[in-house]
Amino acid sequence: MLEIKNIRKTFNPGTVNQKTALDGVSLTLNDGDFVTVIGGNGAGKSTLLNAVSGAWLVDEGSIFIDGVDVTRLPEHKRAKFIGRVFQDPMMGTAATMQIEENLALAMRRGKRRTLKSGITASEREKYRELLKILDLGLEDRLTVKVALLSGGQRQALTLLMATLQKPRLLLLDEHTAALDPKTAAKVLDTTERIVTRDKLTTLMITHNMRDAIAHGNRLIMMYEGRIAIDVSGEEKKRLTVEDLLQMFEKASGQELASDRMLLG
Amino acid sequence: MISFLNALPGAISQGLVWGIMSIGVYITYKLLDIADLTVDGSFCTGGAVGVMLIVNGYNIWLSLLAAIAVGMLAGLTTGLLHTACGIPAILSGILTQLGLWSVNLAIMGMKANQSLNVNKYSLLVSLRYLQDVNKGTRPFWQHPIFVVGVFTLLIVGILYWFFGTELGSSLRATGSNPNMARAQGINTNYNKVLGLMLSNGLVALSGALLAQYQSFADINMGRGAIVIGLAAVIIGEVVFGKLFRNFGLKLLAVSIGSIIYYVVIQAVVSLSGINSNYLKLLSAIIVALFLAVPYWKGCVYKPAKQGGERNA
Repeated sequence: MLEIKNIRKTFNPGTVNQKTALDGVSLTLNDGDFVTVIGGNGAGKSTLLNAVSGAWLVDEGSIFIDGVDVTRLPEHKRAKFIGRVFQDPMMGTAATMQIEENLALAMRRGKRRTLKSGITASEREKYRELLKILDLGLEDRLTVKVALLSGGQRQALTLLMATLQKPRLLLLDEHTAALDPKTAAKVLDTTERIVTRDKLTTLMITHNMRDAIAHGNRLIMMYEGRIAIDVSGEEKKRLTVEDLLQMFEKASGQELASDRMLLG
Repeated sequence: MISFLNALPGAISQGLVWGIMSIGVYITYKLLDIADLTVDGSFCTGGAVGVMLIVNGYNIWLSLLAAIAVGMLAGLTTGLLHTACGIPAILSGILTQLGLWSVNLAIMGMKANQSLNVNKYSLLVSLRYLQDVNKGTRPFWQHPIFVVGVFTLLIVGILYWFFGTELGSSLRATGSNPNMARAQGINTNYNKVLGLMLSNGLVALSGALLAQYQSFADINMGRGAIVIGLAAVIIGEVVFGKLFRNFGLKLLAVSIGSIIYYVVIQAVVSLSGINSNYLKLLSAIIVALFLAVPYWKGCVYKPAKQGGERNA
């Protein structure tokens, strides 16, 4: 499904700000895998997702989605395969456009945009039904500008948009981190439901170890631009926070210092 | 007062012609979030191409189509400088605008202006026709307000349709949130170039119409066009913002904003007797104020109103 082969990325090479964000990462996801990604600040989690989504090109290595080499493809072309939800609730939607317009844009992801009508009446009905899944009352507010929605509503909408055209790969970049705990739980719950329903291959970054353990069938922890821990199957099911901490100490030779990661 | 009233139809006609340019500015400034300075050059390009083709015996409609095409080429240049060469949008526009100065002179046969003999050619719009209609020697439908009014409605209609299509929506998304647009598979660079071309095509059309209206093209005719365009966009928004929610009406508001701008300028000139050389300074001050006011409003502490907006 997703095949990442030994990718490297260095930002600001040759300057004092030089930072190797990805230091030879290889990762293969099978169809339907739901992988949670954890790691401290600057470990390379978001960089990994951005490398896959094509925000910039990697320095070395290659990335395959469904056997297609996307290493050199620009971001908008990779979007054909990928659904994304960002950490910043402002980033995933067009605030000055209506809810239904945003959905209609997402409906046409990976397709040629023609001079046909941007949204049809039958689509509207479909969106109304789909919005009900979110349980936020948005189904009655199709023509409201997204700017008027709360962060949680926006993230839920972005999630729906990312999965409207079933993506080959779903990338979630700490999509609940900017939300209050209650809303975060709700969005995460919706995520779990949609991913399970559509059997989506998913990479989800989280700062919260418990979430990382509770969700998905595989967990990876990044450290200094590499994958330090990779747990899956039965081992992942039995995993506890304490186990993770021990594994991290063993893998990195130091204690985990980030409180946010422990308690978050 | 009498002189102002007499000048009113002329001011409205001029406002309508500049309104078409302002709709072009609306596309870049409001929809794409780019302040495109190409217009100061491409407006004159439109006028120059239009006049030269008419003078050389080409069909009047062909002259307008050619003006649009050349304007789009100017937009393409700015777009490619911005997207393919990575130059900031404002600077790209300035570069194109500067280059167009020479191009415009060359189009006009290395002369700073080219006149159009109203008696010799059958034009679409002309100040002379306005006077003729008033005298009763021409039918009303040759009045510039009528002709340019029809042009404006047609343009608004076409743009309303276009921005409702899949492609048009993706262009709006590009301006609203480029990150989201790319994540949804939209080629934002392509859309920016397309928007700039569309915008400058309209700007050049407006320039060609103005050249006909005033019977000449002049190398300085586009100077400060961007400011007039912004003024029209902002006036339209301030006056009709609460009233007009529909996209088509918003475009119409830009055109009306342009008319208001020219009527106000005419009023200032007729009633105060100010030297018209000060008009550009006046325009700059007015636009600066309109742009600053929303910012200042945000700086002032306002206690929250009771109740707040429902559905918020």
